[in-house]
Amino acid sequence: MNNLLKILSFVGLALTVGPAFLVFAGTITWPTHATLMLLGTLLWFGTAPFWMHKQQAEDNG
Amino acid sequence: MAPTETSTLAQRLDAINEFDREPVSEDRLQGPANFIGLYAGEHVAGTEFVIGPLFVAHGVTAADLLLGLFVGNVLAVLSWALICAPIAVRTRLNLYWKLRKIAGPNLLFLYNIVNALMFCFLAGAMISVAATAVGIPFNMTMPHLNDLYPNSLGWVVTVLAVGAVVTVLAILGFEKIARFSKVAAPWMFLVFVACAIAVLPQLGVTSAGDFWTVANEKIWTGMPLAGQSKFSFWHIMFFAWFCNMAMHIGLADMTILRYAKKWHYGFFSAFGMYLGHYVAWIASGILVALALQQSGEIAPGPIAYLGAGVAGLIAVVVAGWTTANPTIYRAGLAMQTITPNWKRWKVTLAVGVVTTVAALFPALMMRLLDFVALYGLLLMPMGAVIFTDFWLLPKLGLRQDYAEWKHLLFSWPAGLAWGLTLAACWGLNVFWGVGLFFLGLPGWFIATALYLGLSYAQQRAAAPSTSDRLIGEKA
Repeated sequence: MNNLLKILSFVGLALTVGPAFLVFAGTITWPTHATLMLLGTLLWFGTAPFWMHKQQAEDNG
Repeated sequence: MAPTETSTLAQRLDAINEFDREPVSEDRLQGPANFIGLYAGEHVAGTEFVIGPLFVAHGVTAADLLLGLFVGNVLAVLSWALICAPIAVRTRLNLYWKLRKIAGPNLLFLYNIVNALMFCFLAGAMISVAATAVGIPFNMTMPHLNDLYPNSLGWVVTVLAVGAVVTVLAILGFEKIARFSKVAAPWMFLVFVACAIAVLPQLGVTSAGDFWTVANEKIWTGMPLAGQSKFSFWHIMFFAWFCNMAMHIGLADMTILRYAKKWHYGFFSAFGMYLGHYVAWIASGILVALALQQSGEIAPGPIAYLGAGVAGLIAVVVAGWTTANPTIYRAGLAMQTITPNWKRWKVTLAVGVVTTVAALFPALMMRLLDFVALYGLLLMPMGAVIFTDFWLLPKLGLRQDYAEWKHLLFSWPAGLAWGLTLAACWGLNVFWGVGLFFLGLPGWFIATALYLGLSYAQQRAAAPSTSDRLIGEKA
């Protein structure tokens, strides 16, 4: 479960930054980039807190 | 002040810091990853949406910006690694307790008040930053570069609403917000990068080879906006070096670096400097160049929206909020010394009100460069005092931590060094025209020399007992 959350989180980060390079390359339009970035943001904040907090607690504990 | 009153003041200060009196124990020391994460997170924040654009407004050239930031950040990292970290790992104390030993509790009280006020204004700037994003869906009139006062009812209502939310969240739980900040940090950095990359084609950059031409002709053109002074390489270099002056040569980051296993962990501040104070400032500069071409709105919310749409607005709100919250918390901690009988929530509420009122004035955000420079300058002399006390006094056969040893409530050498340094910096600025960004360097040497000379006078005046005892102990 933890690994799945981590994978989804990193997909979220990839969706946050990746589309910008595709706009630069002329592959996608700016509105598509903005939509994908929002999706990436939601994915990151929807998954990262669960495994990051757990990992932090383990590091501290 | 009567002895009972002064001792009460000292007790109040001590009570607030009761968990931080002892040096950090060996088992609580942290590894490199914690410091890399902490510095990277702390320096990719809401302020970055303001500082990069202000460099563009001040008409810096592309070469001056890139080189000035590079050199200034190297100097900042060296200041953390060679000045702050060695004292932090040798004493394992936070700034508060080290300063208390040197300056006495009453001078520390004064330092805390100044610090708290600066924190309030800094948090106020962050609330202003967040308000520029929150106001977009409501078609709020954005503050402009030269605005000093609230420019519309919409601005006032938005700032009050954001300030209220931030204050209530700070009251409800600082720890949870601190955890949320850590989650937001990597995403936030990528938002800066993505915003800049995505708008480059609109500025005319279609391949990497175009960048330098566009950078010089459309972004960092060397032409300041109306009403703004012209910045050179030196302005950028000194700003990059001294924008965190309170933290490195002011030694506030002893609080963090005392947990470092080795002094060279201070070099990990490079992750904050080069991700936040290099990449993020360049990215926000690129965004504002496009904003100037299009709408002319240079507030953080509109420029982030240009780069990333709704995700950009979320980034500005999160950046402003996660920076404002711990700042309000720290200000509350310092302010609690004045109101010892108040509950923590009441102090936080009072600080939140002051902060929100400050945030109503866009000048705080639009003149952030000056404010940040002033903030560092005001607190820096006490860092020089600690540096001198730690390294130089023993070399002259003088006693360290003299106020603690003599049970002094107020160290006049430290107090005079602080006050006279600021007076000297004011004189350099007013009479010799030395700019605000450049005062930190002469100021540090002035504070060091003053504290050294005044400590010598103080301890020699108290001789022979002081020096005899010191010599006796050394033998």
